[in-house]
Amino acid sequence: MFEISVNDLRSWHTVVMLVAFLGIIFWAYSRKRHKSFDEAANLPFADNDLDVQSVKELKANQGSNKENPQ
Amino acid sequence: MQAQTYDYKVVRQFAIMTVIWGIVGMLVGVIVAAQLAFPDFVLWDGISWLSYGRLRPLHTNAVIFAFGGSALFATSYYVVQRTCQTRLFGGPLAAFTFWGWTAVILLAAITLPLGITTSKEYAELEWPIDLLIAVVWVSYAIVFFGTIAKRKVKHIYVANWFYGAFILTIAVLHIVNSAFIPVTLTKSYSLYPGAMDAMIQWWYGHNAVGFFLTAGFLGMMYYFIPKQAGRPVYSYRLSVVHFWALISTYMWAGPHHLHYTALPDWTQTLGMVFSLILLAPSWGGMINGIMTLSGAWHKLRTDPILKFLIVSLSFYGMSTFEGPMMSIKTVNALSHYTDWTVGHVHSGALGWVAMVSIGSLYFLIPRLFGRESMYSTKWVELHFWISTIGVVLYIAAMWIAGVMQGLMWRAVNADGTLTYSFIESVERTYPFYYVRLLGGVLFLLGMFLMMYNVWKTVSDAKPVDDAVPATA
Repeated sequence: MFEISVNDLRSWHTVVMLVAFLGIIFWAYSRKRHKSFDEAANLPFADNDLDVQSVKELKANQGSNKENPQ
Repeated sequence: MQAQTYDYKVVRQFAIMTVIWGIVGMLVGVIVAAQLAFPDFVLWDGISWLSYGRLRPLHTNAVIFAFGGSALFATSYYVVQRTCQTRLFGGPLAAFTFWGWTAVILLAAITLPLGITTSKEYAELEWPIDLLIAVVWVSYAIVFFGTIAKRKVKHIYVANWFYGAFILTIAVLHIVNSAFIPVTLTKSYSLYPGAMDAMIQWWYGHNAVGFFLTAGFLGMMYYFIPKQAGRPVYSYRLSVVHFWALISTYMWAGPHHLHYTALPDWTQTLGMVFSLILLAPSWGGMINGIMTLSGAWHKLRTDPILKFLIVSLSFYGMSTFEGPMMSIKTVNALSHYTDWTVGHVHSGALGWVAMVSIGSLYFLIPRLFGRESMYSTKWVELHFWISTIGVVLYIAAMWIAGVMQGLMWRAVNADGTLTYSFIESVERTYPFYYVRLLGGVLFLLGMFLMMYNVWKTVSDAKPVDDAVPATA
């Protein structure tokens, strides 16, 4: 009666995967994550775009200014 | 004391080689397209090294692993440093990945025309080269994950998650699918028997599409689109769900390559169902990328780099709709073994993979050489239109050819005999092969224009290694 067949495990696997997926959604969309996700989303801009700045310094005399994100 | 700089040398090497390998791989593609259009042209008539069966794997290996691979190495090394705000981990190991990968590509370019092959699609290289790939790839993983481990920021940016999944999965796929028993230096046999070998091959093959040609390039999308648009990604939450859903679904889609074969029926159905589910995360990611431009749509009008990036996502959306549709068994009964498959692959490979790489390189190359922008933005714009027209010609021709072939092959007379012989379908395909060749030539011309533009941008520029931001 309490024997577990491989098919039981497969069924449970499906359930576990569904719960994990829903868990990820709740985790990702919870209010708590909001601030840290905002920080993470801004990481591409966190290094102050030094490359564009150094290029600007090089070109300072030519007065060409490109829009610098953030 | 001098400020620490990012390790850009290896990024520069891979970035430049991306353009060169792109031209080589696409040139071989144009040659094999010409061979199908003009089979008895004198240039390749009777020369075994130049026969279609040997050049075709050379084309696929060159565009996927040399062109696409170099683009992934270049951008991942750049992105992981900049979003972790630290130099690459592992010192000379990064340089080893460049020279090791270059050696793999050169060995492929020699062995494939010689006819040395395992005959596994996208895994044709023989076992000694496979060993070298494994060593290079493990080094790549050490450099990449080592850099993440010593990051100076709290979060691991989503692009790095995608790059990381790509690196890890390709290591597993390559090592499992390359389990061979060597017989001689240039000949080996698969460890797996029959249908199991086929299933493992297409578990590898489809995840090469899912992780090499998708997850890695999604990493590119999540960095370079926000960067070029000047605003963070549309929804970071969606990107997290996108990541987990995509990587856990792709793993199971492989059996759709083996519909109506000796593979057990339930496995085929499983592959089909997972392929259909795959539409959701694929389109979630595409929407996330495109909506990043929300509120800044006007930039598309003037910025050809953004055009490349955003149109690549449109092609990604098209081919990730088409793919699940073709995985439906009844549709596959029509499409499989026809040129529709070839059209589908190129809508993804040229439209998505190549165009997102080209856009990212146009962003990257000036920054690696201390320039504000490419030598000519007009040429970037021209490149965009040439390649877009090229892709559209290519895939439209192959769609029509493929559906026509599928219909001709399945047509039967009232007495049950076939209406058409195979060669009749080949004859009817010629016009479409001409159009396909034209589309491919246009795309290749665009790459030559890019090479010239890159040359003018970097030839009298000094390589620049940016400073790592000083953090407390």
